Amino acid sequence: MSLNVEHAPVRTLPSEKPLRLLDNAGHAITGAATGGFELPDTDTLLELYRKMVVARRFDVQVTALTKQGRLATYPSAYGQEACEIGAVSALTADDWLFPTYRDSIALLTRGIEPADILTSFRGDWHNGYDQHVHRTAAQATPLATQALHAVGLSHAARLRRDPIVALSFLGDGATSEGDAHEAFNFAAVWQTPTVFVVQNNQFAISVPLERQTRAATLADKAVGYGMPGFHVDGNDIAAMYAVTRAAVDRARDGGGPTLIEGVTYRIEAHTNSDDPTRYRTARDVEHWKRRDPIERLEKYLVSEGALTEAMRTEIADAAEQLAARTRDVMTSEAELDPLELFDHVYGRQRPALLEQRAALEAEIAAGAFASHQGAAR
Amino acid sequence: MTATATSTPPAEASAPTQLTMAGALNAALRDAMSVDDRVVVYGEDVGPLGGVFRVTDGLHAAFGDDRIWDSPLAESGIIGTAIGMAMYGMRPVVEMQFDAFSYPAFEQMVSHVAKMRNRTKGRVTLPMVVRIPCAGAIGGVEHHSDSSESYWASTPGLTVVMPSNPADAYSMLREAIDSDDPVVFMEPKSRYWSKAPLALPVTTAPMDRAEVVREGTDVTLIGYGPTVRTALEAAEAAAAEGLSIEVVDLRSLSPFDDATVGASVRKTSRAAVIHEAAQFGGYGAEVAARVTERNFHHLAAPVLRIAGFDIPYPSPKLEEYHLPTADRVLAALDTWEWDA
Repeated sequence: MSLNVEHAPVRTLPSEKPLRLLDNAGHAITGAATGGFELPDTDTLLELYRKMVVARRFDVQVTALTKQGRLATYPSAYGQEACEIGAVSALTADDWLFPTYRDSIALLTRGIEPADILTSFRGDWHNGYDQHVHRTAAQATPLATQALHAVGLSHAARLRRDPIVALSFLGDGATSEGDAHEAFNFAAVWQTPTVFVVQNNQFAISVPLERQTRAATLADKAVGYGMPGFHVDGNDIAAMYAVTRAAVDRARDGGGPTLIEGVTYRIEAHTNSDDPTRYRTARDVEHWKRRDPIERLEKYLVSEGALTEAMRTEIADAAEQLAARTRDVMTSEAELDPLELFDHVYGRQRPALLEQRAALEAEIAAGAFASHQGAAR
Repeated sequence: MTATATSTPPAEASAPTQLTMAGALNAALRDAMSVDDRVVVYGEDVGPLGGVFRVTDGLHAAFGDDRIWDSPLAESGIIGTAIGMAMYGMRPVVEMQFDAFSYPAFEQMVSHVAKMRNRTKGRVTLPMVVRIPCAGAIGGVEHHSDSSESYWASTPGLTVVMPSNPADAYSMLREAIDSDDPVVFMEPKSRYWSKAPLALPVTTAPMDRAEVVREGTDVTLIGYGPTVRTALEAAEAAAAEGLSIEVVDLRSLSPFDDATVGASVRKTSRAAVIHEAAQFGGYGAEVAARVTERNFHHLAAPVLRIAGFDIPYPSPKLEEYHLPTADRVLAALDTWEWDA
């Protein structure tokens, strides 16, 4: 395989109407409107349904724990389950995910334990899971920066002839950042196996999409970089999964990057310290609640006779068990070692840091932090 | 693909030849790429052109497009993608072309390059080198002659080094590429064409060490990169007047070699630091503070700073007024009460 890139111009205009495979009533869509994508098989849809139900229960539980003061902050993804899980489920275990702070339920879908997902939001350490084991980068807080990391990693994989794809999530606001532009451009010029999934949840904290872009859709941005762009109903997990899966396959086959916009809505506040009533109406929220991604797939699966009452009970039990496990780990105090503050700054330890470490150790030994339970060893 | 974990120098050392610093850096890149195929080089114009300072001259022809290539013109993109490549096990060496061109990459540098090991408790390390041609005195127009070292040096997680001569340039770049921590490798542009007889491969002191490059008894002059030459010129002129000046080349700005600098200052009891960057909040402030904190009772006089003015770097026809000179160093030393 040569990495010399063919410089054929790409002209793929995204569809104006968001692509969907299931309508809001849970009816399968057929014909030209599907853009040639096929509804995933029932087993796949059942699995996606299960993941969404479990993820929502997790999200609701963590939001409750945040209100109880167990977490410093939590950016909820309530309502965005189809976007998050549809996209992530299109990856293999060997592919890499580059998530943002709002993508905790995507991490859950990658098999990461709740305590490790929430380490950062509880305030224990910046990141709690092993990136290499889960092939999932640390959740990025600076906007769009992680998209470049995804481009770099997938380019390195391609240089090594490893069939690895990297998927980067971005929010609608992040598409205004310079790094989003640089990531899209590098990926297209280098033809890296990268998939960008923009979760357009309508607001960047309080700023609505029309203050973010003049483009008709965020998927339109792909055209200028010379890569395909897809404008997808982000509350239709069948469409999100099918489109992402096609993009991942295409990337793996050397076809280069793809930009996917999933149009969705953040039902909860930006974080627990946000007041969404100041920038959006209850009517808007109600409108989007009626377009719930889980209900849509449920209607379809029930109408097909694929989702039985027994299955529903079993999935609900699994979700409750996860919620209970999440409550347990987040209501018990983690053991923290303040001296570890110095352990991971450099691989090669520095004398000046060792001096500072010794000074803190002496302070702790002298009882300087005795009143702070959990801080002292 | 076979990957070699550590670089082993070619068996035969070459006979000494006159080599510029740019040539030494070129040889270091070539040798590192030869012994470790995880090393890749990219940036703006580093491919067939060989870099605007020719530091990567001939490497594209030798190693091809999978090992060294021209990136799109975007510094944040260069650093951001290098992070991903390093995460995957490559050892990217990327170029910022000119000091002030690195500013669009500031966020990637401070938020990710510097913090990745810390954020992930050491699970993700970034063995990458960011080469930054730095400082002035080459007649460059605006944005081509900045001294940005303080920004990087005050960022925990970054290692910041700056060689001042061809031998160190070769040895320190090889060590930087072998380092498992990210290294900001600053190359003083005004020294690119300085020459020295070198038999490669050459191994000088470890890159986190300062070096006494001239022995003296009365004053310690502390310089780095371009100002080591200034310090040596000042020492030469002072010797004619009977003043014995010791010159320390810091080589590494972060970490700071307190031991070598402290030993010199305790011997001479007087110290001054020289740099091109503006004085206010500049790197010299850190040097003066550290030297004073650790050696106060050995000091006969306050630690001096001889720096650029607190102004944006001037246009080429005015830069000679701004840059610290040997005369300015000597004039500054005269402000001390020598009898005290």
